[in-house]
Amino acid sequence: MNDVEISAARRLYWSVRRELWENRAIYLAPLIVAALVLGGFGLSLFTLPDRMRAASALNPAELRTAIEQPYVIAAIVLMAVDLLVAVFYCVDALYGERRDRSILFWKSLPVSDLTTVLAKASIPVLVLPLVTLVATAVTQGIMLLASSAVLAANGMSTATLSAHRPFLEMSRINLGHILMLHGIWYAPFYAWLLLVSAWATRLPFLWAALPPVVIGIVERIAFNSTHFATLVGHLVGGPSRSPGDPGETASGMTMEMLAPHQLRDFLVSPGLWGGLVVTAMFLLAAVRLRRQRGAM
Amino acid sequence: MAYIEARGLRKTYGATIALDGIDLQVDEGRLVGLIGPNGAGKTTALNAIVGLTSYEGHLRVLGRDPWTQRDQLVRDVCFITDVAVLPRWMRVSQALDFVAGVHPRFDRAKAEAFLAKTMIRPASKVRELSKGMVTQLHLAIVMAIDGRLLVLDEPTLGLDLLFRKQFYDALLSEYLEQSRTVLVATHQVEEVQHVLTDLLFIDRGRIVFSRSMEEVESRYQEVLVHPDRLATARTLHPIAERQGVGHTILMFEGADRRQLAALGDVRTPSVADLFVAVMNSRQALPQGAAR
Repeated sequence: MNDVEISAARRLYWSVRRELWENRAIYLAPLIVAALVLGGFGLSLFTLPDRMRAASALNPAELRTAIEQPYVIAAIVLMAVDLLVAVFYCVDALYGERRDRSILFWKSLPVSDLTTVLAKASIPVLVLPLVTLVATAVTQGIMLLASSAVLAANGMSTATLSAHRPFLEMSRINLGHILMLHGIWYAPFYAWLLLVSAWATRLPFLWAALPPVVIGIVERIAFNSTHFATLVGHLVGGPSRSPGDPGETASGMTMEMLAPHQLRDFLVSPGLWGGLVVTAMFLLAAVRLRRQRGAM
Repeated sequence: MAYIEARGLRKTYGATIALDGIDLQVDEGRLVGLIGPNGAGKTTALNAIVGLTSYEGHLRVLGRDPWTQRDQLVRDVCFITDVAVLPRWMRVSQALDFVAGVHPRFDRAKAEAFLAKTMIRPASKVRELSKGMVTQLHLAIVMAIDGRLLVLDEPTLGLDLLFRKQFYDALLSEYLEQSRTVLVATHQVEEVQHVLTDLLFIDRGRIVFSRSMEEVESRYQEVLVHPDRLATARTLHPIAERQGVGHTILMFEGADRRQLAALGDVRTPSVADLFVAVMNSRQALPQGAAR
Protein backbone atom coordinates (compact mmCIF):
# COMPACT_ATOMS: atom_id res chain seq x y z
CA MET A 1 0.00 0.00 0.00
CA ASN A 2 1.30 3.41 -0.88
CA ASP A 3 1.32 5.40 2.28
CA VAL A 4 1.77 8.91 0.99
CA GLU A 5 0.94 11.19 3.86
CA ILE A 6 -1.30 14.15 3.23
CA SER A 7 -0.68 17.05 5.56
CA ALA A 8 -3.42 18.72 7.57
CA ALA A 9 -2.73 21.97 5.71
CA ARG A 10 -3.39 20.26 2.40
CA ARG A 11 -6.66 18.82 3.62
CA LEU A 12 -7.64 22.29 4.81
CA TYR A 13 -6.70 23.77 1.44
CA TRP A 14 -8.90 21.31 -0.44
CA SER A 15 -11.71 21.84 2.03
CA VAL A 16 -11.62 25.59 1.42
CA ARG A 17 -11.50 25.00 -2.33
CA ARG A 18 -14.56 22.82 -2.12
CA GLU A 19 -16.41 25.64 -0.32
CA LEU A 20 -15.54 27.96 -3.20
CA TRP A 21 -16.80 25.40 -5.72
CA GLU A 22 -20.07 25.04 -3.89
CA ASN A 23 -20.63 28.70 -3.00
CA ARG A 24 -19.66 30.69 -6.02
CA ALA A 25 -21.47 33.70 -4.56
CA ILE A 26 -18.36 34.22 -2.43
CA TYR A 27 -16.59 35.74 -5.41
CA LEU A 28 -19.41 36.25 -7.91
CA ALA A 29 -21.52 38.51 -5.69
CA PRO A 30 -18.73 41.07 -5.04
CA LEU A 31 -17.78 40.88 -8.73
CA ILE A 32 -21.31 41.58 -9.95
CA VAL A 33 -21.90 44.33 -7.41
CA ALA A 34 -18.55 45.93 -8.26
CA ALA A 35 -19.55 45.88 -11.93
CA LEU A 36 -22.88 47.54 -11.08
CA VAL A 37 -21.16 50.19 -8.97
CA LEU A 38 -18.73 50.90 -11.79
CA GLY A 39 -21.61 51.09 -14.28
CA GLY A 40 -23.38 53.67 -12.14
CA PHE A 41 -20.21 55.59 -11.60
CA GLY A 42 -19.49 55.48 -15.34
CA LEU A 43 -22.84 57.20 -16.01
CA SER A 44 -22.05 59.86 -13.44
CA LEU A 45 -18.80 60.65 -15.21
CA PHE A 46 -20.70 62.50 -17.95
CA THR A 47 -21.50 65.27 -15.50
CA LEU A 48 -18.18 65.10 -13.65
CA PRO A 49 -16.48 68.11 -15.33
CA ASP A 50 -19.50 70.34 -14.54
CA ARG A 51 -19.66 69.12 -10.98
CA MET A 52 -15.94 69.70 -10.50
CA ARG A 53 -16.28 73.27 -11.79
CA ALA A 54 -19.15 73.86 -9.39
CA ALA A 55 -17.22 72.21 -6.56
CA SER A 56 -14.30 74.61 -6.90
CA ALA A 57 -16.59 77.19 -5.34
CA LEU A 58 -17.12 75.05 -2.24
CA ASN A 59 -15.04 75.34 0.88
CA PRO A 60 -12.32 72.67 1.30
CA ALA A 61 -14.35 70.50 3.68
CA GLU A 62 -17.36 70.41 1.39
CA LEU A 63 -15.12 69.77 -1.58
CA ARG A 64 -13.53 66.86 0.19
CA THR A 65 -16.91 65.32 1.03
CA ALA A 66 -18.16 65.78 -2.53
CA ILE A 67 -15.12 64.08 -4.00
CA GLU A 68 -15.01 61.29 -1.42
CA GLN A 69 -18.65 60.36 -1.58
CA PRO A 70 -18.70 57.93 -4.54
CA TYR A 71 -15.64 56.09 -3.22
CA VAL A 72 -17.12 55.73 0.25
CA ILE A 73 -20.41 54.52 -1.21
CA ALA A 74 -18.60 51.95 -3.35
CA ALA A 75 -16.74 50.63 -0.31
CA ILE A 76 -19.87 50.54 1.86
CA VAL A 77 -21.85 48.68 -0.78
CA LEU A 78 -19.14 46.06 -1.23
CA MET A 79 -18.79 45.61 2.52
CA ALA A 80 -22.54 45.19 2.84
CA VAL A 81 -22.32 42.46 0.21
CA ASP A 82 -19.53 40.85 2.21
CA LEU A 83 -21.75 40.78 5.31
CA LEU A 84 -24.78 39.53 3.45
CA VAL A 85 -22.93 36.70 1.70
CA ALA A 86 -21.16 35.78 4.96
CA VAL A 87 -24.42 35.52 6.90
CA PHE A 88 -26.17 33.43 4.26
CA TYR A 89 -23.10 31.27 3.83
CA CYS A 90 -22.68 30.57 7.57
CA VAL A 91 -26.30 29.71 8.21
CA ASP A 92 -26.26 27.12 5.44
CA ALA A 93 -22.69 25.85 5.78
CA LEU A 94 -23.29 22.97 8.21
CA TYR A 95 -27.05 22.74 7.72
CA GLY A 96 -27.16 22.27 3.96
CA GLU A 97 -24.79 19.29 3.91
CA ARG A 98 -27.03 17.49 6.39
CA ARG A 99 -30.19 18.41 4.54
CA ASP A 100 -28.97 17.12 1.17
CA ARG A 101 -27.26 14.16 2.91
CA SER A 102 -23.93 14.91 1.23
CA ILE A 103 -22.40 14.88 4.72
CA LEU A 104 -22.38 11.08 4.35
CA PHE A 105 -20.03 11.47 1.41
CA TRP A 106 -17.79 14.06 3.12
CA LYS A 107 -17.57 11.91 6.22
CA SER A 108 -16.44 8.92 4.18
CA LEU A 109 -13.26 10.80 3.33
CA PRO A 110 -10.32 11.33 5.66
CA VAL A 111 -11.09 14.94 6.52
CA SER A 112 -11.79 15.49 10.20
CA ASP A 113 -14.77 17.45 11.50
CA LEU A 114 -12.31 20.00 12.89
CA THR A 115 -10.71 20.58 9.47
CA THR A 116 -14.11 20.92 7.84
CA VAL A 117 -15.42 23.40 10.40
CA LEU A 118 -12.21 25.45 10.26
CA ALA A 119 -12.41 25.52 6.47
CA LYS A 120 -15.98 26.74 6.67
CA ALA A 121 -15.13 29.34 9.33
CA SER A 122 -12.27 30.65 7.20
CA ILE A 123 -14.72 31.72 4.49
CA PRO A 124 -16.36 34.61 6.40
CA VAL A 125 -13.32 35.36 8.56
CA LEU A 126 -10.61 35.31 5.91
CA VAL A 127 -11.69 34.58 2.36
CA LEU A 128 -14.66 36.95 2.07
CA PRO A 129 -12.79 39.92 3.63
CA LEU A 130 -9.88 39.33 1.24
CA VAL A 131 -12.21 39.10 -1.75
CA THR A 132 -14.00 42.27 -0.59
CA LEU A 133 -10.68 44.03 -0.08
CA VAL A 134 -9.48 43.21 -3.59
CA ALA A 135 -12.87 44.04 -5.11
CA THR A 136 -12.96 47.39 -3.29
CA ALA A 137 -9.39 48.28 -4.23
CA VAL A 138 -9.92 47.39 -7.88
CA THR A 139 -13.27 49.24 -8.01
CA GLN A 140 -11.89 52.36 -6.38
CA GLY A 141 -8.78 52.18 -8.55
CA ILE A 142 -10.85 52.02 -11.73
CA MET A 143 -13.07 54.86 -10.48
CA LEU A 144 -10.03 57.01 -9.81
CA LEU A 145 -8.44 56.27 -13.19
CA ALA A 146 -11.71 56.89 -15.05
CA SER A 147 -12.35 60.22 -13.29
CA SER A 148 -8.79 61.34 -13.92
CA ALA A 149 -9.09 60.40 -17.57
CA VAL A 150 -12.37 62.31 -17.94
CA LEU A 151 -10.97 65.39 -16.21
CA ALA A 152 -7.79 65.30 -18.25
CA ALA A 153 -9.78 64.93 -21.47
CA ASN A 154 -11.70 68.07 -20.50
CA GLY A 155 -8.48 69.89 -19.89
CA MET A 156 -8.99 70.04 -16.15
CA SER A 157 -6.48 69.37 -13.43
CA THR A 158 -6.62 66.04 -11.62
CA ALA A 159 -4.64 67.38 -8.70
CA THR A 160 -7.66 68.09 -6.47
CA LEU A 161 -8.87 64.57 -7.04
CA SER A 162 -5.67 62.76 -6.19
CA ALA A 163 -5.00 65.08 -3.28
CA HIS A 164 -8.26 64.07 -1.65
CA ARG A 165 -8.39 60.44 -2.65
CA PRO A 166 -4.88 59.08 -2.78
CA PHE A 167 -5.30 55.50 -3.87
CA LEU A 168 -2.82 53.94 -1.47
CA GLU A 169 -4.32 55.80 1.44
CA MET A 170 -7.78 54.52 0.55
CA SER A 171 -6.58 50.96 0.22
CA ARG A 172 -4.71 51.12 3.50
CA ILE A 173 -7.84 52.26 5.30
CA ASN A 174 -9.91 49.58 3.60
CA LEU A 175 -7.34 46.94 4.50
CA GLY A 176 -7.53 47.77 8.17
CA HIS A 177 -11.27 48.15 8.25
CA ILE A 178 -12.19 45.06 6.29
CA LEU A 179 -9.70 42.64 7.82
CA MET A 180 -10.09 43.85 11.40
CA LEU A 181 -13.79 44.52 11.55
CA HIS A 182 -15.31 42.18 8.98
CA GLY A 183 -12.85 39.39 9.61
CA ILE A 184 -11.71 39.31 13.19
CA TRP A 185 -14.21 41.47 15.07
CA TYR A 186 -17.23 39.74 13.57
CA ALA A 187 -15.75 36.24 14.07
CA PRO A 188 -17.88 35.37 17.15
CA PHE A 189 -20.98 36.37 15.23
CA TYR A 190 -20.05 34.06 12.32
CA ALA A 191 -19.08 31.27 14.73
CA TRP A 192 -22.52 31.54 16.35
CA LEU A 193 -24.19 31.20 12.96
CA LEU A 194 -22.04 28.15 12.17
CA LEU A 195 -22.95 26.61 15.51
CA VAL A 196 -26.66 27.07 14.85
CA SER A 197 -26.13 25.73 11.35
CA ALA A 198 -24.60 22.55 12.80
CA TRP A 199 -27.37 22.20 15.37
CA ALA A 200 -30.66 23.14 13.71
CA THR A 201 -32.74 20.44 12.07
CA ARG A 202 -34.87 23.09 10.38
CA LEU A 203 -35.22 26.87 10.15
CA PRO A 204 -31.58 27.70 10.98
CA PHE A 205 -32.17 31.42 10.35
CA LEU A 206 -34.88 31.56 12.96
CA TRP A 207 -32.80 29.67 15.50
CA ALA A 208 -29.86 31.98 14.87
CA ALA A 209 -31.91 35.12 15.48
CA LEU A 210 -34.22 33.90 18.21
CA PRO A 211 -31.90 33.41 21.22
CA PRO A 212 -30.35 36.90 21.08
CA VAL A 213 -33.80 38.49 20.79
CA VAL A 214 -35.23 36.37 23.59
CA ILE A 215 -32.27 37.02 25.89
CA GLY A 216 -32.56 40.75 25.23
CA ILE A 217 -36.29 40.80 25.99
CA VAL A 218 -36.02 38.57 29.08
CA GLU A 219 -33.22 40.71 30.45
CA ARG A 220 -35.22 43.84 29.85
CA ILE A 221 -38.30 42.43 31.60
CA ALA A 222 -36.51 40.65 34.44
CA PHE A 223 -33.83 43.18 35.32
CA ASN A 224 -34.95 46.23 33.37
CA SER A 225 -31.46 46.43 31.94
CA THR A 226 -30.06 46.22 28.43
CA HIS A 227 -26.57 44.84 28.94
CA PHE A 228 -27.03 42.08 26.43
CA ALA A 229 -28.51 44.36 23.79
CA THR A 230 -25.66 46.81 24.36
CA LEU A 231 -23.17 44.00 24.00
CA VAL A 232 -24.71 42.93 20.69
CA GLY A 233 -24.75 46.54 19.57
CA HIS A 234 -21.10 46.79 20.51
CA LEU A 235 -20.35 43.68 18.48
CA VAL A 236 -22.18 44.95 15.41
CA GLY A 237 -20.95 48.52 15.72
CA GLY A 238 -17.30 47.66 15.92
CA PRO A 239 -14.55 48.13 18.47
CA SER A 240 -14.50 51.93 18.53
CA ARG A 241 -18.04 51.99 19.81
CA SER A 242 -17.61 51.17 23.45
CA PRO A 243 -20.55 49.85 25.46
CA GLY A 244 -22.45 52.33 27.57
CA ASP A 245 -21.66 55.10 25.16
CA PRO A 246 -25.04 55.74 23.58
CA GLY A 247 -24.16 59.24 22.51
CA GLU A 248 -21.89 57.93 19.83
CA THR A 249 -23.49 57.70 16.42
CA ALA A 250 -22.88 55.13 13.75
CA SER A 251 -20.36 57.46 12.19
CA GLY A 252 -18.26 56.96 15.28
CA MET A 253 -17.42 53.59 13.80
CA THR A 254 -14.16 54.61 12.32
CA MET A 255 -12.69 53.43 9.08
CA GLU A 256 -9.24 54.37 10.26
CA MET A 257 -8.25 51.15 11.96
CA LEU A 258 -4.64 50.93 10.94
CA ALA A 259 -3.68 54.24 12.46
CA PRO A 260 -1.09 53.29 15.08
CA HIS A 261 -3.17 54.28 18.10
CA GLN A 262 -6.29 52.65 16.67
CA LEU A 263 -4.48 49.41 16.00
CA ARG A 264 -3.03 49.41 19.50
CA ASP A 265 -6.40 50.09 21.07
CA PHE A 266 -7.88 47.33 18.96
CA LEU A 267 -5.27 44.76 19.91
CA VAL A 268 -5.55 45.41 23.63
CA SER A 269 -9.33 45.70 23.73
CA PRO A 270 -10.91 43.04 25.94
CA GLY A 271 -13.73 42.85 23.42
CA LEU A 272 -11.39 41.45 20.79
CA TRP A 273 -9.89 38.75 22.97
CA GLY A 274 -13.16 37.89 24.68
CA GLY A 275 -14.69 37.59 21.23
CA LEU A 276 -11.95 35.27 20.03
CA VAL A 277 -12.42 33.00 23.04
CA VAL A 278 -16.16 32.88 22.36
CA THR A 279 -15.41 32.16 18.70
CA ALA A 280 -13.23 29.20 19.64
CA MET A 281 -15.91 27.84 21.98
CA PHE A 282 -18.66 28.14 19.39
CA LEU A 283 -16.52 26.49 16.71
CA LEU A 284 -15.54 23.58 18.98
CA ALA A 285 -19.21 23.06 19.81
CA ALA A 286 -19.94 23.06 16.07
CA VAL A 287 -17.22 20.43 15.54
CA ARG A 288 -18.80 18.21 18.19
CA LEU A 289 -22.26 18.65 16.74
CA ARG A 290 -21.10 17.83 13.23
CA ARG A 291 -19.58 14.64 14.57
CA GLN A 292 -22.73 13.56 16.38
CA ARG A 293 -25.40 14.71 13.99
CA GLY A 294 -25.81 12.69 10.86
CA ALA A 295 -27.81 13.36 7.77
CA MET A 296 -31.39 14.49 8.19
CA MET B 1 -6.35 -9.78 13.53
CA ALA B 2 -10.08 -9.70 13.00
CA TYR B 3 -11.08 -6.84 10.69
CA ILE B 4 -14.36 -6.37 12.49
CA GLU B 5 -14.99 -7.61 16.00
CA ALA B 6 -18.23 -6.88 17.84
CA ARG B 7 -19.44 -8.21 21.17
CA GLY B 8 -22.76 -7.21 22.65
CA LEU B 9 -23.07 -4.27 20.27
CA ARG B 10 -26.16 -2.26 21.17
CA LYS B 11 -27.78 0.90 19.93
CA THR B 12 -31.05 2.39 21.01
CA TYR B 13 -32.93 5.41 19.75
CA GLY B 14 -35.19 6.35 22.62
CA ALA B 15 -37.45 3.36 23.17
CA THR B 16 -36.50 1.77 19.85
CA ILE B 17 -33.84 -0.90 20.01
CA ALA B 18 -31.92 -0.78 16.72
CA LEU B 19 -29.13 -3.18 17.70
CA ASP B 20 -29.84 -5.70 20.42
CA GLY B 21 -26.47 -7.19 21.28
CA ILE B 22 -24.67 -8.07 18.06
CA ASP B 23 -21.77 -10.51 18.19
CA LEU B 24 -19.73 -10.59 15.04
CA GLN B 25 -16.31 -11.41 13.71
CA VAL B 26 -15.14 -10.71 10.18
CA ASP B 27 -11.62 -11.65 9.12
CA GLU B 28 -9.46 -10.44 6.28
CA GLY B 29 -10.01 -11.49 2.71
CA ARG B 30 -13.75 -12.07 3.11
CA LEU B 31 -16.72 -10.81 1.16
CA VAL B 32 -19.54 -10.79 3.65
CA GLY B 33 -23.19 -10.27 2.82
CA LEU B 34 -25.37 -8.72 5.52
CA ILE B 35 -28.97 -9.48 4.74
CA GLY B 36 -32.07 -8.61 6.68
CA PRO B 37 -35.61 -7.31 6.37
CA ASN B 38 -36.34 -3.59 6.45
CA GLY B 39 -35.76 -2.13 9.89
CA ALA B 40 -33.65 -5.07 11.03
CA GLY B 41 -30.72 -2.84 11.98
CA LYS B 42 -28.47 -3.27 8.90
CA THR B 43 -27.80 0.41 8.39
CA THR B 44 -27.32 1.09 12.09
CA ALA B 45 -24.81 -1.76 12.31
CA LEU B 46 -22.89 -0.48 9.28
CA ASN B 47 -22.96 3.11 10.60
CA ALA B 48 -21.51 1.92 13.91
CA ILE B 49 -18.76 0.05 12.06
CA VAL B 50 -17.71 3.08 10.02
CA GLY B 51 -17.92 5.45 13.00
CA LEU B 52 -20.98 7.42 11.99
CA THR B 53 -22.93 6.56 15.10
CA SER B 54 -22.16 6.00 18.76
CA TYR B 55 -22.93 2.64 20.34
CA GLU B 56 -22.78 0.57 23.50
CA GLY B 57 -20.78 -2.62 23.83
CA HIS B 58 -17.49 -3.69 22.31
CA LEU B 59 -16.60 -2.88 18.72
CA ARG B 60 -13.21 -2.86 17.05
CA VAL B 61 -12.64 -2.22 13.36
CA LEU B 62 -9.07 -2.83 12.16
CA GLY B 63 -8.15 -2.75 15.84
CA ARG B 64 -9.66 0.68 16.42
CA ASP B 65 -12.70 2.06 18.14
CA PRO B 66 -14.65 3.51 15.22
CA TRP B 67 -16.40 6.19 17.27
CA THR B 68 -13.40 7.68 19.06
CA GLN B 69 -10.78 6.98 16.36
CA ARG B 70 -12.81 7.72 13.28
CA ASP B 71 -10.32 10.14 11.77
CA GLN B 72 -7.56 7.52 11.62
CA LEU B 73 -9.90 4.70 10.72
CA VAL B 74 -11.42 6.40 7.71
CA ARG B 75 -8.06 6.23 5.90
CA ASP B 76 -8.35 2.46 5.78
CA VAL B 77 -12.10 2.07 5.57
CA CYS B 78 -14.08 3.12 2.54
CA PHE B 79 -17.80 3.16 2.67
CA ILE B 80 -20.99 4.00 0.87
CA THR B 81 -23.73 4.13 3.49
CA ASP B 82 -26.27 5.55 1.13
CA VAL B 83 -26.35 6.07 -2.59
CA ALA B 84 -27.27 9.48 -3.94
CA VAL B 85 -25.31 11.41 -1.33
CA LEU B 86 -22.82 12.95 -3.73
CA PRO B 87 -23.30 16.72 -3.58
CA ARG B 88 -25.48 17.77 -6.47
CA TRP B 89 -23.56 20.94 -7.28
CA MET B 90 -20.28 19.09 -7.79
CA ARG B 91 -18.71 18.36 -11.13
CA VAL B 92 -17.38 14.87 -11.76
CA SER B 93 -13.88 16.26 -12.21
CA GLN B 94 -14.19 18.21 -8.95
CA ALA B 95 -15.20 15.07 -7.08
CA LEU B 96 -12.06 13.35 -8.39
CA ASP B 97 -9.91 16.41 -7.63
CA PHE B 98 -11.18 16.60 -4.08
CA VAL B 99 -10.79 12.92 -3.25
CA ALA B 100 -7.33 12.91 -4.84
CA GLY B 101 -6.51 15.97 -2.75
CA VAL B 102 -7.47 14.53 0.63
CA HIS B 103 -7.16 10.75 0.31
CA PRO B 104 -3.64 9.32 0.31
CA ARG B 105 -4.79 6.00 -1.14
CA PHE B 106 -6.90 7.23 -4.02
CA ASP B 107 -5.80 6.16 -7.49
CA ARG B 108 -7.25 8.73 -9.82
CA ALA B 109 -6.30 6.86 -13.00
CA LYS B 110 -8.22 3.83 -11.76
CA ALA B 111 -11.35 5.87 -11.08
CA GLU B 112 -11.08 7.44 -14.52
CA ALA B 113 -10.76 4.00 -16.08
CA PHE B 114 -13.99 2.92 -14.36
CA LEU B 115 -15.74 6.09 -15.52
CA ALA B 116 -14.53 5.62 -19.07
CA LYS B 117 -16.74 2.52 -19.25
CA THR B 118 -19.79 4.63 -18.40
CA MET B 119 -21.66 7.52 -20.00
CA ILE B 120 -20.40 9.89 -17.31
CA ARG B 121 -18.41 12.87 -18.61
CA PRO B 122 -15.86 14.64 -16.37
CA ALA B 123 -17.46 18.05 -16.94
CA SER B 124 -20.95 16.90 -15.94
CA LYS B 125 -22.45 18.07 -12.70
CA VAL B 126 -23.85 15.46 -10.36
CA ARG B 127 -27.32 17.01 -10.64
CA GLU B 128 -27.25 16.38 -14.39
CA LEU B 129 -26.57 12.67 -13.95
CA SER B 130 -29.25 10.01 -13.68
CA LYS B 131 -29.68 8.22 -10.36
CA GLY B 132 -27.83 5.19 -11.65
CA MET B 133 -24.97 7.29 -12.97
CA VAL B 134 -24.53 8.97 -9.58
CA THR B 135 -24.19 5.54 -8.05
CA GLN B 136 -21.71 4.54 -10.77
CA LEU B 137 -19.64 7.62 -10.00
CA HIS B 138 -19.67 6.92 -6.28
CA LEU B 139 -18.68 3.30 -6.82
CA ALA B 140 -15.91 4.35 -9.20
CA ILE B 141 -14.47 6.65 -6.53
CA VAL B 142 -14.71 4.08 -3.76
CA MET B 143 -13.27 1.25 -5.85
CA ALA B 144 -10.25 3.39 -6.68
CA ILE B 145 -9.40 3.82 -3.00
CA ASP B 146 -6.88 1.29 -1.80
CA GLY B 147 -8.54 0.65 1.56
CA ARG B 148 -8.52 -2.47 3.70
CA LEU B 149 -12.20 -2.60 4.50
CA LEU B 150 -14.99 -1.63 2.16
CA VAL B 151 -18.47 -1.22 3.62
CA LEU B 152 -21.39 -0.90 1.25
CA ASP B 153 -25.04 -0.36 2.10
CA GLU B 154 -27.30 -1.23 -0.83
CA PRO B 155 -24.59 -0.18 -3.30
CA THR B 156 -26.40 -1.20 -6.46
CA LEU B 157 -29.74 0.44 -5.74
CA GLY B 158 -31.11 1.95 -8.93
CA LEU B 159 -28.52 0.41 -11.22
CA ASP B 160 -29.41 -1.64 -14.28
CA LEU B 161 -28.66 -5.34 -14.44
CA LEU B 162 -25.61 -4.92 -16.69
CA PHE B 163 -23.87 -2.49 -14.42
CA ARG B 164 -24.74 -4.47 -11.30
CA LYS B 165 -23.12 -7.52 -12.85
CA GLN B 166 -20.12 -5.48 -13.96
CA PHE B 167 -19.76 -4.00 -10.48
CA TYR B 168 -19.76 -7.32 -8.64
CA ASP B 169 -17.37 -8.78 -11.20
CA ALA B 170 -15.03 -5.86 -10.63
CA LEU B 171 -15.41 -6.24 -6.88
CA LEU B 172 -14.28 -9.87 -7.18
CA SER B 173 -11.57 -9.55 -9.78
CA GLU B 174 -10.04 -6.18 -9.02
CA TYR B 175 -10.90 -5.27 -5.49
CA LEU B 176 -11.03 -8.31 -3.32
CA GLU B 177 -7.63 -9.68 -2.41
CA GLN B 178 -6.02 -11.25 0.61
CA SER B 179 -5.59 -8.07 2.63
CA ARG B 180 -9.03 -6.68 1.97
CA THR B 181 -12.50 -7.37 3.23
CA VAL B 182 -15.84 -6.26 1.88
CA LEU B 183 -19.02 -6.03 3.92
CA VAL B 184 -22.10 -5.48 1.84
CA ALA B 185 -25.71 -5.07 2.92
CA THR B 186 -28.25 -5.65 0.19
CA HIS B 187 -31.72 -6.84 -0.68
CA GLN B 188 -30.63 -8.10 -4.07
CA VAL B 189 -29.44 -11.40 -2.69
CA GLU B 190 -29.61 -13.39 -5.93
CA GLU B 191 -26.87 -11.26 -7.43
CA VAL B 192 -24.45 -11.40 -4.55
CA GLN B 193 -24.71 -15.02 -3.61
CA HIS B 194 -22.09 -16.16 -6.12
CA VAL B 195 -19.52 -13.64 -4.93
CA LEU B 196 -20.00 -13.89 -1.17
CA THR B 197 -17.72 -15.90 1.06
CA ASP B 198 -19.84 -15.40 4.18
CA LEU B 199 -23.46 -14.85 4.95
CA LEU B 200 -25.00 -12.93 7.85
CA PHE B 201 -28.71 -12.58 8.45
CA ILE B 202 -29.86 -9.85 10.77
CA ASP B 203 -33.31 -9.60 12.28
CA ARG B 204 -34.69 -7.29 14.95
CA GLY B 205 -31.25 -6.04 15.91
CA ARG B 206 -29.60 -9.43 16.21
CA ILE B 207 -27.45 -11.61 14.01
CA VAL B 208 -29.63 -14.69 13.57
CA PHE B 209 -27.55 -16.55 11.02
CA SER B 210 -23.82 -16.51 10.45
CA ARG B 211 -22.14 -19.05 8.19
CA SER B 212 -19.54 -19.23 5.47
CA MET B 213 -20.81 -20.14 2.02
CA GLU B 214 -18.98 -23.49 2.25
CA GLU B 215 -20.92 -24.26 5.40
CA VAL B 216 -24.15 -23.23 3.73
CA GLU B 217 -23.43 -25.55 0.83
CA SER B 218 -22.59 -28.52 3.02
CA ARG B 219 -25.34 -28.03 5.63
CA TYR B 220 -28.36 -26.95 3.63
CA GLN B 221 -30.07 -28.91 0.90
CA GLU B 222 -33.15 -28.40 -1.11
CA VAL B 223 -34.99 -31.35 -2.56
CA LEU B 224 -37.53 -31.31 -5.35
CA VAL B 225 -39.98 -33.89 -4.07
CA HIS B 226 -42.61 -35.57 -6.20
CA PRO B 227 -46.10 -35.55 -4.56
CA ASP B 228 -45.89 -39.37 -4.12
CA ARG B 229 -42.92 -39.10 -1.79
CA LEU B 230 -43.97 -35.93 0.04
CA ALA B 231 -45.24 -37.69 3.16
CA THR B 232 -41.96 -39.62 3.56
CA ALA B 233 -39.95 -36.48 3.00
CA ARG B 234 -41.85 -34.58 5.67
CA THR B 235 -40.82 -37.11 8.30
CA LEU B 236 -37.21 -35.90 7.90
CA HIS B 237 -38.09 -32.51 9.47
CA PRO B 238 -37.69 -30.04 6.63
CA ILE B 239 -37.06 -26.47 7.81
CA ALA B 240 -39.10 -25.01 4.97
CA GLU B 241 -41.49 -26.08 2.32
CA ARG B 242 -42.78 -24.38 -0.78
CA GLN B 243 -44.66 -25.34 -3.87
CA GLY B 244 -42.94 -25.76 -7.24
CA VAL B 245 -44.42 -26.78 -10.57
CA GLY B 246 -45.28 -30.46 -10.32
CA HIS B 247 -43.28 -30.93 -7.14
CA THR B 248 -42.82 -29.57 -3.64
CA ILE B 249 -39.50 -28.05 -2.65
CA LEU B 250 -38.37 -28.98 0.84
CA MET B 251 -35.36 -27.50 2.57
CA PHE B 252 -33.30 -29.47 5.04
CA GLU B 253 -30.60 -28.56 7.46
CA GLY B 254 -27.85 -31.09 8.23
CA ALA B 255 -29.77 -34.01 6.70
CA ASP B 256 -28.14 -37.08 5.21
CA ARG B 257 -27.47 -36.33 1.56
CA ARG B 258 -28.02 -39.95 0.38
CA GLN B 259 -31.33 -40.14 2.19
CA LEU B 260 -32.39 -36.92 0.45
CA ALA B 261 -31.23 -38.14 -2.96
CA ALA B 262 -33.75 -40.96 -2.73
CA LEU B 263 -36.56 -38.39 -2.46
CA GLY B 264 -35.77 -36.37 -5.56
CA ASP B 265 -33.25 -33.94 -7.09
CA VAL B 266 -31.00 -32.43 -4.43
CA ARG B 267 -29.52 -28.97 -4.84
CA THR B 268 -28.07 -26.16 -2.74
CA PRO B 269 -30.76 -23.64 -1.84
CA SER B 270 -30.42 -20.10 -3.06
CA VAL B 271 -29.54 -17.46 -0.49
CA ALA B 272 -32.93 -15.89 -1.08
CA ASP B 273 -34.77 -19.13 -0.26
CA LEU B 274 -32.53 -19.76 2.72
CA PHE B 275 -33.21 -16.24 3.98
CA VAL B 276 -36.96 -16.67 3.64
CA ALA B 277 -36.77 -20.03 5.43
CA VAL B 278 -34.75 -18.61 8.32
CA MET B 279 -36.97 -15.55 8.68
CA ASN B 280 -40.19 -17.58 8.53
CA SER B 281 -38.95 -20.01 11.16
CA ARG B 282 -38.19 -17.02 13.40
CA GLN B 283 -41.57 -15.49 12.86
CA ALA B 284 -43.11 -18.75 14.01
CA LEU B 285 -41.33 -18.25 17.34
CA PRO B 286 -43.14 -16.22 19.98
CA GLN B 287 -41.86 -12.64 20.28
CA GLY B 288 -40.08 -13.25 23.57
CA ALA B 289 -38.18 -16.24 22.25
CA ALA B 290 -37.21 -14.40 19.09
CA ARG B 291 -35.66 -11.68 21.13
